Amino acid sequence: MSVQVTSGAVSPAGKQNPKRKRFMGSRISPPVQLLLYLLLVSVAVVVGMPFLIMLLTSFKFPTDIISYPPRFLPTQWTVTNYQLVWTQLPFAMLVRNSLVYSFSITLISLFFDSMCAYALARLNFRGRNVVFLAILATMMVPVQVTLVPLFFNLFELGWINTFQGLIVPRLTSAFGIFLLRQFFISLPRDFEDAARIDGASEFRIYWQIVLPLSGPAIATLFVFHFMYNWNDFLWPLIVTTTANMRTLPTGLALFMGEHNIEYGTLMAGATIAALPLIIAFLFAQRYFVAGIALTGIKE
Amino acid sequence: MQSTQTSVSAQPPRSQFRFTSQARAAWLFMLPSLTILAFFIVLPIFQAAWMALHDWTLADLNPTFIGLKNFADLFKDDRFWNALQNTLVYTIGVVPGQIILALVFALILNARLKGRTVFRGIYFLPVLVSFAVEAIVWRFLLDPDIGYIGYYSSVLGLPRIEWLRSPDWAMTAVILISIWRWFGFNLVILLAGLQGISESYYEAAEVDGANEVQKFRFITLPLLRPSLLFALINAVISALQAFDQIYVLTRGGPMFSTETVVVYVYREGFINFDMGYASTAALVLFGIIFVITLGQLRILRYQESF
Repeated sequence: MSVQVTSGAVSPAGKQNPKRKRFMGSRISPPVQLLLYLLLVSVAVVVGMPFLIMLLTSFKFPTDIISYPPRFLPTQWTVTNYQLVWTQLPFAMLVRNSLVYSFSITLISLFFDSMCAYALARLNFRGRNVVFLAILATMMVPVQVTLVPLFFNLFELGWINTFQGLIVPRLTSAFGIFLLRQFFISLPRDFEDAARIDGASEFRIYWQIVLPLSGPAIATLFVFHFMYNWNDFLWPLIVTTTANMRTLPTGLALFMGEHNIEYGTLMAGATIAALPLIIAFLFAQRYFVAGIALTGIKE
Repeated sequence: MQSTQTSVSAQPPRSQFRFTSQARAAWLFMLPSLTILAFFIVLPIFQAAWMALHDWTLADLNPTFIGLKNFADLFKDDRFWNALQNTLVYTIGVVPGQIILALVFALILNARLKGRTVFRGIYFLPVLVSFAVEAIVWRFLLDPDIGYIGYYSSVLGLPRIEWLRSPDWAMTAVILISIWRWFGFNLVILLAGLQGISESYYEAAEVDGANEVQKFRFITLPLLRPSLLFALINAVISALQAFDQIYVLTRGGPMFSTETVVVYVYREGFINFDMGYASTAALVLFGIIFVITLGQLRILRYQESF
């Protein structure tokens, strides 16, 4: 199970000739190409349409939204929904909570995961394999099993509706440890041995040698953690009970259920919730794709 | 470490000291992660098992030991069986659909047509956004009064279905939306697998006069196996744990027609606060996931020998 983060598992051409259009080795004739494009485009329309409608609806006045038959484009464009969302919902709180929640988990978890992975990959100590196997074993348990006891423990600690309740249980991830350990093992040892002979501390070796060599793996895991926590629904739903502590997905979804809220406002909120990851994807598509391809090693 | 063991001149006390100092460093490095895993994953697993053997609600915090009564009650509970059946229907509906679609489009995109990165990006779009947020958009699209889908079905002469309000159709809607969400994820996994297959295999097969079907059957499929197996197992596990989309789209309704096991666990544990009972249901789900996953690995390995 070697981890090849650097090569970007889905680099377009590989070693093969990038110009040849071939389908399982066969040349594709122009009519078949046209057919394939038709197929690709029609599925792209189906997949992308809900997002387009979400975006367009967020710029419509209520009269356009409830018009029947539905109007695709706004008759008059407006940004009032983007103003109303801040007053009709505790939207500033949702945004703040989502930012605090996702960034603190992502950054601290990257730090803890990589430290633990460094010990497992690079240091000799008794019981190393046992620890590693135990960490792998925790990955097999579905979160639903631990939810009820976790909720109870947080309740006893008085951590319901607090940031520490939302964040602390998530501050490390077995998958992250596993991923980074596989990557660290593949790094050359020369620098590190030289540093050790020079008397560098283990923390310095980890911080100044191993981490700087691990940029792509860290970036991939960053994207992975951030996407997971920014979008997470069930955990914030359970740990928070007041509107002021909810994150964007949970807050928006519960508002839809509880209030007879305007669709325009809701679509503006949904657009704001969707935007950060879509923008990040445009700039760092490679790391998203590598992250997904990497989840393949979970088995 | 090996060098200190092999070199004769090394002073034993010093090498021993180095070993312990490295071990100490290792445990310090692992301390934060191991503490969190111990308190927030390992401990709750044992608590869940303990809770399942007790009658324990948030209203009455004195747990009484009742042995396996929770399990007995669960297996007599029609709503649990309904939830289990819905979960299996959902899984059987969602998994083949998303894997086959993903495979077909991964094969097409692997043909290196122009603009493939753009298509891959669009297909991946639903994976990027929270399923709960997407469910909000789908509820708008499926709105019986002003929704686009109702209108365009009548334009196309299709019957108007109140998708999310109809006990007969709500599950179908949930399944189709889930396929829409997950197919891009599997596509990326399968595309990565396909790009690892060297073209020389196909060229060799062509020299031997193999046709398209044979090439797919004897080259693509076997070499894509690891990716396909992962995509399949992952899809099944996440389908058996379905919650977000269902909670936002239907809350398990109408008339419990979309209530899955996790929605049931949520309702028992966090709305009725019957924590012993909810833990029991969660553990049974864990058992089912475990058995199904092992079964898949077994069956698919078995076929490998052919």
